[in-house]
Amino acid sequence: MSAAALTAMQQGWQSCEGCGLLSRPVAGAHEGRCPRCDEELTFRKRASVQRTWAYLAAAAICYVPANVLPVLTTVTAGGRESDTILQGVVLLWSPTGWPLSLIVLFASIMIPSAKILALAYLLISVQRGSIENNEQRARLYRTVEFIGRWSMVDVFVDTFTAALVQLQPLMSVEPGPGLPFFAAVVVLTMLAVESFDPRFIWDAASANEVRYA
Amino acid sequence: MFNQPLSDPSLIACQHCDLLQRLPELEPGATARCPRCDKELWRRRVDSLDRTLALTLAAAVLYVIAQSMPMLGLTVIGREASTTVIGGAQQLWNDGRELVAALVLFTAVIAPALQIGFMLAVAVAARRDPAPRWVGALLRHHPTTRTWSMIEVMLIGVLVALIKIADYATVIPGLALFVLGALVFLLAAIQAAFDPHEVWNKIEWADADARHAALAAPTGATV
Repeated sequence: MSAAALTAMQQGWQSCEGCGLLSRPVAGAHEGRCPRCDEELTFRKRASVQRTWAYLAAAAICYVPANVLPVLTTVTAGGRESDTILQGVVLLWSPTGWPLSLIVLFASIMIPSAKILALAYLLISVQRGSIENNEQRARLYRTVEFIGRWSMVDVFVDTFTAALVQLQPLMSVEPGPGLPFFAAVVVLTMLAVESFDPRFIWDAASANEVRYA
Repeated sequence: MFNQPLSDPSLIACQHCDLLQRLPELEPGATARCPRCDKELWRRRVDSLDRTLALTLAAAVLYVIAQSMPMLGLTVIGREASTTVIGGAQQLWNDGRELVAALVLFTAVIAPALQIGFMLAVAVAARRDPAPRWVGALLRHHPTTRTWSMIEVMLIGVLVALIKIADYATVIPGLALFVLGALVFLLAAIQAAFDPHEVWNKIEWADADARHAALAAPTGATV
């Protein structure tokens, strides 16, 4: 591998995010469209770091009401009882139900917070031009990308519990005010992952290799 | 304005780290990975289009059954209730949680339908060579539908709901629950069988002249 031409961007070439074709902007033009699939081409995702920070900040703000406000309210003849996500995990804990309780604990509490922390770490390391732990950071990004969807579990649990338990006046279950915030955390972190450009992880290292080649 | 293709079509850049490299010719079943960041660049599948079409047709049938049959029911002291997937979203909407209802509808109903529909159209139309341009448009958006299609996540969610409700009522797992379970495996099998690289190579280019120029250029010419 020649050190002079490591990445497509250093060579002035653009690879298409849609179809993967590598192409070269025509002389004078900075950016163009993919000749194969017509996608707009850029060297890196547009305003990637800013957009990822924005989604991440919004997700972090929603994370608080998502965990403090109740996601389910149970109405019985005896009165109303509201549960937050964490209380739901505790309620589910039983000799037979503990594996599911653990799944909800992981999916609803650990994954969203781990995702926010991981993306913040990636963004900060990219902005500081870090060239360390590149393989680990790339793996971290792919793990976050892969695992993020599982936070939706609790949204589905609450949806179908509330849909089914409509036995008025005996007992009914309603979705609580925390649910929209929790759903927002899931969606916002997924959008943050999508707007982050993992190529930034390697750009600082590529620039150095060329400089010292 | 269209970019110009390179004269060597085997040159690619890794989508995750932008490293320039040559995509090797692979044996069927073999995988090429980026030497720097270990991202899978291409896995060559055997008989990709036929298998994808067969699996996708099966998935489409299961999808229709899963969406039209009750998924979960309960009985408690003589009263019965049951819900479909869409029914769950509907109840949420009626309870005043419109945004969450829309999200459930999108991730459990619309995105899976698009995922299966796009794949079906691609698997049928990509048999032509060159494949029509709209196949590329569908293929470009297919990863997005896959990201937001959450059948497997919903299935785990429904199982948790089932255990919760079983504390105070008799739960009746509906036919749709089992069909959804099978659908999760089919969707994974489609993912394993489909080779997007093969289809992209067949697609008619947006800039038709560039393709002819690229193919006519002598190999090894520098850009």
